[in-house]
Amino acid sequence: MVETVIQTNKLTKRFGDFIAANEITFDVAAGEIFGFLGANGAGKTTAMRMLCGLSTPSSGTARIAGFDIYKQAESIKKNIGYMSQKFSLYEDLTIKENIQFFGGIYGLCDKQLKEKSESLIEQLGLKDQTKKLVGELPLGWKQKLAFSVAILHTPKIVFLDEPTGGVDPVTRRQFWDLIYDAAANGITVFVTTHYMDEAEYCNRISMMVDGVIKALDTPANLKKQFNAASMDDVFFELARGAKRKAD
Amino acid sequence: MKQFLTFVKKEFRHVFRDRKTLLMLFGLPIVQIVLFGFALTNEIKNTKIVVCDYAKDIGSQQLIEKLEASSNFEIEKSVLSREQIETAFKEGKIKLAVIFPVNFYNELIHLNKSQVQIIADASDPNTANTLTNFATSIILDYQQQLNVNVTIPYRIQPEMRMLYNPELKGATNFVPGVMALVLMLVCVMMTSVSIVREKERGTMEILLVSPFHPFLVIVSKAVPYLVLSLLNLVIILVLSVFLLDMPINGSVFLLFAESTLLIITALSLGLLISNSTDSQQAAMLISMMGMMLPTMLFTGFMFPLENMPIPLQVISNVVPAKWYYIIVKSIMIKGLGFSAIWKETLILFVMTCILLVISLKKFKIRLA
Amino acid sequence: MRTLKFLLQKEFRQILRNKTLLPMIFALPLVQLLILPLAADYEVKNISISIVDNDHSSYSKELVSKIASSGYFRLADYGNSYQLAFKQLEKDKSDLILEIPQGFEKNIVRENAQKVFIAVNAINGVKANLGGAYLNRILMDYNGELRLKWMQSQRFNMTPNIEIVSSNWFNPFMNYRFFMVPGILVVLVTMVCAYMCALNIVKEKEVGTIEQINVTPIKKYQFILGKLIPFWIMAMVVFSIGLFIVARLIYGIVPLGSIALLYGYLAVYLVALLGLGLLISTYSETQQQAMSVAFFFIMIFMLMSGLFTPIDSMPVWAKGIASCSPVTYFIDVVRMIVLKGSGFKEVRYHFGIIIIFALIFNTWAIINYKKTS
Repeated sequence: MVETVIQTNKLTKRFGDFIAANEITFDVAAGEIFGFLGANGAGKTTAMRMLCGLSTPSSGTARIAGFDIYKQAESIKKNIGYMSQKFSLYEDLTIKENIQFFGGIYGLCDKQLKEKSESLIEQLGLKDQTKKLVGELPLGWKQKLAFSVAILHTPKIVFLDEPTGGVDPVTRRQFWDLIYDAAANGITVFVTTHYMDEAEYCNRISMMVDGVIKALDTPANLKKQFNAASMDDVFFELARGAKRKAD
Repeated sequence: MKQFLTFVKKEFRHVFRDRKTLLMLFGLPIVQIVLFGFALTNEIKNTKIVVCDYAKDIGSQQLIEKLEASSNFEIEKSVLSREQIETAFKEGKIKLAVIFPVNFYNELIHLNKSQVQIIADASDPNTANTLTNFATSIILDYQQQLNVNVTIPYRIQPEMRMLYNPELKGATNFVPGVMALVLMLVCVMMTSVSIVREKERGTMEILLVSPFHPFLVIVSKAVPYLVLSLLNLVIILVLSVFLLDMPINGSVFLLFAESTLLIITALSLGLLISNSTDSQQAAMLISMMGMMLPTMLFTGFMFPLENMPIPLQVISNVVPAKWYYIIVKSIMIKGLGFSAIWKETLILFVMTCILLVISLKKFKIRLA
Repeated sequence: MRTLKFLLQKEFRQILRNKTLLPMIFALPLVQLLILPLAADYEVKNISISIVDNDHSSYSKELVSKIASSGYFRLADYGNSYQLAFKQLEKDKSDLILEIPQGFEKNIVRENAQKVFIAVNAINGVKANLGGAYLNRILMDYNGELRLKWMQSQRFNMTPNIEIVSSNWFNPFMNYRFFMVPGILVVLVTMVCAYMCALNIVKEKEVGTIEQINVTPIKKYQFILGKLIPFWIMAMVVFSIGLFIVARLIYGIVPLGSIALLYGYLAVYLVALLGLGLLISTYSETQQQAMSVAFFFIMIFMLMSGLFTPIDSMPVWAKGIASCSPVTYFIDVVRMIVLKGSGFKEVRYHFGIIIIFALIFNTWAIINYKKTS
């Protein structure tokens, strides 16, 4: 029986009269790479922030990593990782110091910290740059570093909010290699993006339009369903009637 | 020109959308006028003093009544020992003690000589001096009353007239100072921060790439604050004229012209600061922490400039607010015209030019 | 606990690495402490007087030299024309004009009374008051001298005479700097503290790193402590340098009372102030907002603190405002302990109040800071 790490039922977020996310209902299994797609302004970031415990839903229920989203938000945070659009590493700290900080915050003991940070630095090929300030790194490296730091404490789920924005295709590909690695190690990856080609890399995707999930299936099934050659076309089909323009 | 206006419009939008900051920008001068006009004063009033009456005779009672009648003191009658007086001082409860010895009146009338002891808490020397002087003059007055039957020959009678400020109101002194302070601080702070913020966020590059000379881009940032400051000036003037009876004896037009000059000086200084720092925090530290107290002190409206040691007086010459203060006093209170203040105006003008030139140089270096 | 250690490690690293900000935090207040007390002096010296002598008699000349040598006045000019003297007044070259009319000497002796005219530039009310008072005193003195010349001295007092014995406690040299330096030090430390703390958190908000914090299991109080402690330490250091180096070496101020008590109060005061900085930052989205709000409050606190003008002289409503400011109490306390040697018993009321402030500000800030919006 595969464990369900994310369970939502009619999750809704309202800002006054504006319904940013409307009755979102879906499940995600452990080890899945789940793509959360949609145009700008569709409500992806709002939905994800609710799942991370950054924003309280207006109504609906959800369980993340087995914890209730309303009553056990802090427990959720212990078991997830997060990487935001702005990559939120401290630019005025070195690579090593950032790793130390975030690892320590998530409760890794000194021995673990040392081991993990060494292997991470090795893996990313940053061995001779550990003393460098993160602010000095080029964008692609920052991304990969941010992702690695997000999964340092081996969380059940890692949430990635538009992680590959503004980066060249080669680096994007390298990034997705990291994601596959993480998933192979049992970490569920929940990623939002509006790059439709990245949709192909996911196990399942959902498509949000105007705050509602309009489609939820594997990429292959969706292409069959909409008679489309690529995910781009699937997106055009679904998003054509979209009313909202920007996030 | 049209492009310039586009930039200016954008800047205005930024400013007006930030309501919290706007509130502070306009609220502060209003608060300052109210405080300076009604709450802050150098006069010593209502100070708590203690009177230790060991005599309890007619003389001491009459004298105590006189002391009570004065608005300078709030009297507590209590017989305290020296230790108790010291404790009361240490608790900050009283600032002065007046002690009447036993047999005060008797000795005064029969021996023509008696003593009154005044002990002052001199940790605040000014208050101590003033309170002692007040008490002394009341006591001497009383002494005079007792002497009323004796005519004193060879009297010199001084007739005193107070010019410009017959009721000795502090407002005429403070209001020009508040004007200088507010205009200086607000302009420097806001301009420097606004420019550095664009640098920090990286949006500066977008502006610099536009087909417009970068320096004019920067200037467009200063324009909303120029307008806001003039508005602030109007508010301050209206409040001080109607609430504080402050006169405007000279030309209002000249007042506004000179104020615009000071604003431009302040904006140039803000520009210079923004060119010299990379973070908003640093810009704020310099323009607020680095400028607040010095501007308050070296303008000369809180403490007289002549009292300061010479090196500090020299420093005060570099503070633009000081010259503006002189200009405003001359126009508003003395009603003088441009001929009286052309020197100070020239100084401000030269300062502005220097600041702008240095900023421009620094700016070019950065771009290169 | 471990979490806190990591937080502090990060904060200190960030602060110490900031090569422009760090020296400024220390240099700005200390340089100002060095210079400003020299400027803040209410003692009125060097009042300029213009004397118009229309009499040119021996009496008038005696009076003039008495005034000039009194030490209170600087003789700006001595002449015949009131118009010229008035021009000097207009140009702010002199503060008052004394006009001695023609026939001064003759009239005093013959008519037993003679008027003199004084015009005072009252724009600076304090100066005017004092200038007038001093001049009056000198005139009275001179009057007494004149009288003595003409009347025989008596062995016994003809009239009742009250001898006033006045003494000044705690500051016998009436050194105004003793009064101002501790107060200015408090204001400077306050400024550094509140601004830096407010700006620091908001910077994380503006840049976005605060989201990363909110998504971790870091508890609210840990985060807040992590922000408070580094600035608390820095403010302590600034205060200590100010007190032990600048105040002691440059101004010769040695605290009379217990230093432990002073630091005890300082410790709580800083917590209260930093709490205020935090509170401001929870209500601000941008650094500019935090700065404007902090500026607003610090300005009011400073003006109402009794640093420059006495609180007793304020109307009741203003005294109410002053009592809502923690700065007022600390300036009081610092003057009491340093200059008068007050002990715990004498400042216990102030202590209680600052503890309340610290609790209110910090609790409010913690409640207001939401990891989840």
